[in-house]
Amino acid sequence: MNQLASKRYFGFWLYLMTDCLLFAALFATYVVLRGNTADGPRPSEIFNMPFVLVETVILLTSSFICGLMLLAAKANNVRRTKTLLFGVIVLGVLFLGMELSEFTQLVHEGAGWTTSAFLSAFFTLVGTHGAHIFIGLLWAGALLWLLQTRTFNDALLQKTGLFAMFWHFLDVIWIFIFTIVYIMGAA
Amino acid sequence: MIDMMASMWGRLAWDGFPGELVTIGGALAVVFGAAAVGAALFYFKRWKWLWREWLTSLDAKKIGVMYIVVAVIMLLRGVGDALLLRTQQALAVGDAGGVITSDTFQQIFSAHGTIMIFFVAMGIMFGLINLVLPLMLGTRDVAFPFLNSVSFWLFAAGMALVNLSLVYGEFSAAGWLAYPPLSGLEYSPGVGIDYWIWSLQIAGVGSLLSGINFLTTILRQRAKGMSLMKMPIFVWSVITTMILVVFAFPILTATLGMLSLDRLMGMHFFTSDFGGNPMMYVNLIWAWGHPEVYILVLPAFGIFSEVVATFSRKYLFGYKTMVFALFGITFLSFIVWLHHFFTMGAGGNVNAFFGIMTMIIAVPTGVKIFNWIFTMYKGKVKFASPMVWFMGFVFLFTIGGMTGVLMAVPAIDFQVHNSLFLVAHFHNTIITGVLFGFFAGITYWFPKIFGFKLHEQLGRIAAYCWIFGFMLAFFPLYVLGFMGAVRRIDHYDEPSWQIFFIISGVGVLVILLGIGFQLLQLGVSIWQRKKNLDTTGDPWNGRTLEWSVPSPAPSYNFAATPQVSSRDAFWEMKQSGRGIKYVHEAIKVPKNTGAGAVIAGFAFIMAFGLIWHIWWLAFVAFVAVIVCILKRTLSDEDNERELSVKELKQLDAKARKGVRV
Amino acid sequence: MSDAKKYTIGFVLSLLATWLAYSIAVGHLVNAHAMIVVLVVLAVIQLVIQLVYFLHFGSPGSKWNMLAFVFMGIVLLIIVVGSLWIMANLDYNMMQRSPDEKNSYMIEQSNKGF
Repeated sequence: MNQLASKRYFGFWLYLMTDCLLFAALFATYVVLRGNTADGPRPSEIFNMPFVLVETVILLTSSFICGLMLLAAKANNVRRTKTLLFGVIVLGVLFLGMELSEFTQLVHEGAGWTTSAFLSAFFTLVGTHGAHIFIGLLWAGALLWLLQTRTFNDALLQKTGLFAMFWHFLDVIWIFIFTIVYIMGAA
Repeated sequence: MIDMMASMWGRLAWDGFPGELVTIGGALAVVFGAAAVGAALFYFKRWKWLWREWLTSLDAKKIGVMYIVVAVIMLLRGVGDALLLRTQQALAVGDAGGVITSDTFQQIFSAHGTIMIFFVAMGIMFGLINLVLPLMLGTRDVAFPFLNSVSFWLFAAGMALVNLSLVYGEFSAAGWLAYPPLSGLEYSPGVGIDYWIWSLQIAGVGSLLSGINFLTTILRQRAKGMSLMKMPIFVWSVITTMILVVFAFPILTATLGMLSLDRLMGMHFFTSDFGGNPMMYVNLIWAWGHPEVYILVLPAFGIFSEVVATFSRKYLFGYKTMVFALFGITFLSFIVWLHHFFTMGAGGNVNAFFGIMTMIIAVPTGVKIFNWIFTMYKGKVKFASPMVWFMGFVFLFTIGGMTGVLMAVPAIDFQVHNSLFLVAHFHNTIITGVLFGFFAGITYWFPKIFGFKLHEQLGRIAAYCWIFGFMLAFFPLYVLGFMGAVRRIDHYDEPSWQIFFIISGVGVLVILLGIGFQLLQLGVSIWQRKKNLDTTGDPWNGRTLEWSVPSPAPSYNFAATPQVSSRDAFWEMKQSGRGIKYVHEAIKVPKNTGAGAVIAGFAFIMAFGLIWHIWWLAFVAFVAVIVCILKRTLSDEDNERELSVKELKQLDAKARKGVRV
Repeated sequence: MSDAKKYTIGFVLSLLATWLAYSIAVGHLVNAHAMIVVLVVLAVIQLVIQLVYFLHFGSPGSKWNMLAFVFMGIVLLIIVVGSLWIMANLDYNMMQRSPDEKNSYMIEQSNKGF
């Protein structure tokens, strides 16, 4: 791997480490505030476990497909790369759609982010992850466009690799959201 | 229709302009200052030159100079704030009312702290690192030059927001850390806190990106042969500082984010009702805040290490222990943060743990002090002005550190928390530690960047003014703290305190004199630059690689990358007479671009929209930021031009006439 | 083993860990105290799985990445565990008492010199 690529991967990895700490602060706040439900609903009252399980499997699958996509890119198979990237985008959109529907539902039920500290923390923690997914999807779309319109070269391989790192990282964060927010909330 | 018009302009209103004498004066100063600069550029026909040579430059050295220029302007503002605070406190005893209203007083001390820490100290720090780090490492620039430009411009956007608050709107009146519930919507519904939040969020992102940039540069771009233990000690101090930046700033981002969500979207993180917990804010903000003060001081320690070794003409004593001490301080600074709120009500065991950790963190710092002194011992010490700053530091900072250890004991802290004793302690450490270090660094590296030395005599006088002025200004505050005076008071009833406030006020005037001498020094040095030219590139008989290039350092730094084989590489090369081994190869130089300024400009507009509740503006500006970023990353990577080996050899020959070695 | 196989193993193991955590929680297969430990352990296991199989942790050339991750992990634990400890302590001392109880508690602490 040439020097420029090695710099970029390392620098981006460092950025991911800072993002982990951003989430850490949000997680710490969530855990501290999750008992403060004021007059609003408790976690067990609003979490739909089968729904969340489906979301989790969708995101996990997209992370898996993302890995396969990077392999295809490394093997210079542009067609397969584009197809798999498209798959990642579709699953990502599905995930985000499900999450948005969950949020809208909660707001309609009166369990919005202004109701209690617990709900503020919930919407912020899960919403920040969702915002990252959204940025990731924008990035994936731009990447797909690049793959479509430019000749595949080292620079494009790099960009694909960086995106893959980001997408895997988002699934890693979701493991902890799934566990600490939803499962512990429902149990 | 009127409703729609109203919501289109958010909460903009005519009464946003200041109405009190002092605040009007401040607003006029900002407006006329900016206008004067603009007029000068226009008169001397330098707009294009400024844009082409400086504002769009991706050269770390130019970016470094711009950081320092912005920081120095903010220093003037911060000292102006200090002068107003001191004047008020010197006069407002008993029946006297002083010169400014309470509300203005609160905004002034909030602005003073915010500006000094985020824009003066952080600015000079990032500036100096930009100037010196690539040169010390034997590399051409930082790892990500464009990101570097973005970092600077985000910093400038934050600075612009703080200054805008002086002209239109108000600033935070909740102290430099804006604790809720005071900073929440219920008690501070105006725009002040929002100005504070967004200027820090934007500047904070810039800092974080710089942290990533510098860490990658050090770990991936050192000259050949420069293993980690052969790096200059300043570089080690930058590594540890950037580790702190990278792991602490995300906490600030998250916490400010949550506060802004409370204010913008009615959330309840830190409100006093609906289950909010303001104590969590205090906890998180100091989990960032403590590492932050070490972020400020570690580079200053690094600078002193370089200065003391060079002017003692000796290898730094105890290089290895210095490195371990830096890492010790770095790790420990993450487990002491509760000492900022011993009195908030945690139990004895929690307070004891953090108190003990706080006392321990003084040990590695003590190791460093001893090592500097041992470096001087039996060295051929030359007391050039950087060493005068060091002498002031080594005596005065030690006192400040000791008062810190004193307050590390929770029992004692219960007595002096938030008193003027605390205020004296942190000014002691920040001024004599951070600021003196930065002043020494600026004097030391000035010739490398600009090609001529600063006037030595005026520099010394300035240093003496600062040292003496500091003592006059802050030692009385230690006494006042013990006498029961608390911080942030604009009026008091105890007449026996007044004399100390007056002495302190005189001290600030002496410091102001020192600043006057520094500005004079700059002016005179520029006027007399032909007399003080640095023709060799090595004006101080230096030890590290930056002194091996001509002064002023060429834009490409090294025409050929040096090969290093020992610590204090340049010194070793001079002593052994072997000369520097170079490797010649073509280099890629990034083209200038205004994209960084544009991105930061849109970030500024987005912040303005969020502060004044002009939602459509904030949204459009946010989209514009994303679009600019996409545009840059999707571009065809044609952002560089190449300098061939032949070109480099020609440029270098021209620059090197007279360079030693 | 081939890279595709690595990703597949990682995928299957992650699914397994997810399903395990889900079933244990929804089926209340352990008591409340053990539940937290089990869930966190399973989450950390899945983290390691994804780090190794998806993000190539431990492969040659990833030394600095691993070091950065370990540093980050340490700071993360300090912040999260530290905050939880501090806030629980503050909560006990400051939020569970009535104003009068709080007052006498703080006076008592002040007299103790603490």
